[in-house]
Amino acid sequence: MTDQTVAQTPGKKRTLPHINPVYVLVVALLLAIIVMNPAFGEPTGYMNFLKRMAALGILSAGALYVIVSGGFDLSVGSTMTLTVIGSSMLASNDPNTTYWVIPLMLGIGLVIGLINGLVVSYLKVPSLIATLGMMITLGGVAFMWSGGAPRGYLPETFRFFGRYNITDVPVIRILPIAVICLVVFGVLLWWLLHRTNFGRMLHAVGDNPQAAHLAGVPVRRVRIQAFIVSSLSAVVAGVILGGRAGVSVDIGSGYELQAITAAVIGGAQLLGGRGSVPATIAGALALEAIFTLLNLLGLAQPVRLVVQGLILIGAVALATYQRRRAGR
Amino acid sequence: MTEITSTSTPRRFRFERHASAMLLLAAVAIYVVLVIALGQSRFLTLDNLVAILGRSITLGITAIGQTFAILVASIDLSVASLISASAVVTSVMMNGDPAMMLPAILAVLVLGAVVGFINGLVIAKLEVNPLIATLAMSLIIQGVLSYYYNNFAGNVPEEFQIFAYGAWGIVPYSLVFMFALAGLAWFVLRFTRFGSDIYSVGGNKDAARLAGIKTARVVIGAHVICSLCAAIAGIYLASRLRSGAPWIGAEGVYDLESIAVVVIGGTVLAGGRGGIWGTMAGVIIFSLIDSIFNVAGVDAFVKQVLRGIIIVAAVAFYAARSQRSAA
Repeated sequence: MTDQTVAQTPGKKRTLPHINPVYVLVVALLLAIIVMNPAFGEPTGYMNFLKRMAALGILSAGALYVIVSGGFDLSVGSTMTLTVIGSSMLASNDPNTTYWVIPLMLGIGLVIGLINGLVVSYLKVPSLIATLGMMITLGGVAFMWSGGAPRGYLPETFRFFGRYNITDVPVIRILPIAVICLVVFGVLLWWLLHRTNFGRMLHAVGDNPQAAHLAGVPVRRVRIQAFIVSSLSAVVAGVILGGRAGVSVDIGSGYELQAITAAVIGGAQLLGGRGSVPATIAGALALEAIFTLLNLLGLAQPVRLVVQGLILIGAVALATYQRRRAGR
Repeated sequence: MTEITSTSTPRRFRFERHASAMLLLAAVAIYVVLVIALGQSRFLTLDNLVAILGRSITLGITAIGQTFAILVASIDLSVASLISASAVVTSVMMNGDPAMMLPAILAVLVLGAVVGFINGLVIAKLEVNPLIATLAMSLIIQGVLSYYYNNFAGNVPEEFQIFAYGAWGIVPYSLVFMFALAGLAWFVLRFTRFGSDIYSVGGNKDAARLAGIKTARVVIGAHVICSLCAAIAGIYLASRLRSGAPWIGAEGVYDLESIAVVVIGGTVLAGGRGGIWGTMAGVIIFSLIDSIFNVAGVDAFVKQVLRGIIIVAAVAFYAARSQRSAA
């Protein structure tokens, strides 16, 4: 009997820190929202909430790849803007264009990620500067393409992914396509990062590039692939966001920081080596929940910035403190 | 054998030392060739040179501070919002009253020092990644600022506009002030103990700590200087625009541009190497590029695209030679 308790206590001690605090945070925030606004507990309430955060969820899960590899990708916001503006220019209100516009946009995303990766890997430009330059450049390209004011709107077939809800679903009543996308891409990105050789190599590169290189990891190729995953998910997020919110020239601005914030809340280690896709998506949920909560409290837009700033510092400081206490 | 090593070592050293000067010369050469090719020799006068330099005072003052932050292996992304905040506080406190000039300037400098102190404290004591810490600070400043103001607020008295518009002959006071500030920064970095501590901490923090340097104090000091410079840049901008608005810092992209300028000037992002004069060369290169675009009549959007490419290319110019892999 005593033996059992003795055996259990260290077991408990070992399992406790493994529960990522972000999940507790998400549950607490969602409960707080339900208390303040009971309508949120209805299926339409939380499904619309999930629909709203789907783009950010996919975006931050993709941006996590670059963070785990030890870099930053600041170009994802402008990639989203370019996706939305480029699609509206190409589609020119014709519903039949969607079938080639979205693959074309994914192709552009691939090229953006490839350039980011090549500049970082071969020209050895710090990723911060490289993707910053890409952000400025893409902003200019989006403006050039649209001539400063985007014409036209996105056809219904394109907006399907961000806007459409499947109705009459049992139990949850409505099921937005955006939420299905979030689940599909979330699982895909989780599998790629946590269940494949590529994911393992990515962690190794972020943890210690020299050691990874000596162990035979193709460091440059892995880094380039990380940037490509990030840019591709930015395009997907752009398609969903454009579908939900429509066309505007600054639609993606600020998203690059929100993606990093979500990853940080989810416990990802900046400068590489550690991060989890489910926790990052939970981080995106938490961020969106906080914004919703601030809205319910009637606080103005500027307060969002202050809160986001405080969360960022708090999350990183907490993570550093825990790491130091754990002696790592 | 010894001869070979002794000749090859200084050559690499020389390149890094003079790279920013070479870039500056290249920019000047392109500008001159372009102006002559287009037959617009009016752009080659001394007046025009001063005008080119005068356009980049805000960026120059900010970049002097940013050099300190980057040298100590940190970075400051909060300068743009701090510039906005300083400009607004300046113009709101003065509100056209010449008697309030000194209190307003002092208040802004205190604001800058406090922001820098908090930045440094969070980075050095809480060990938060400097990028995230200053980014968060930027969000907080911007949030507080836009909570209270959403347009130009207050105005500065006539007397105060001398700071931006006064001149000795053709040389504006502000230009002299910027170079005086750069000279002071150079003196601090080159001849004081604090300056050499900055290089040590930026080069290798652990080694510096083992050598008995109080690294946290050095990091905090560098951030206080960085934020003070941004505050001064905000004061200057208020004087030039005659008022302050909460978006003027973000509109000028001073956070990113000051970093780009420092890096183009040859200061290594990883810290510990570089200097003020490289940064000043970077500032001049940037304003020359702007002038080249203006002379060549480049479309505003194309300009933005080229700017992004030039920043990356200039950094690659340094980085591709270094043996270290980038993150």
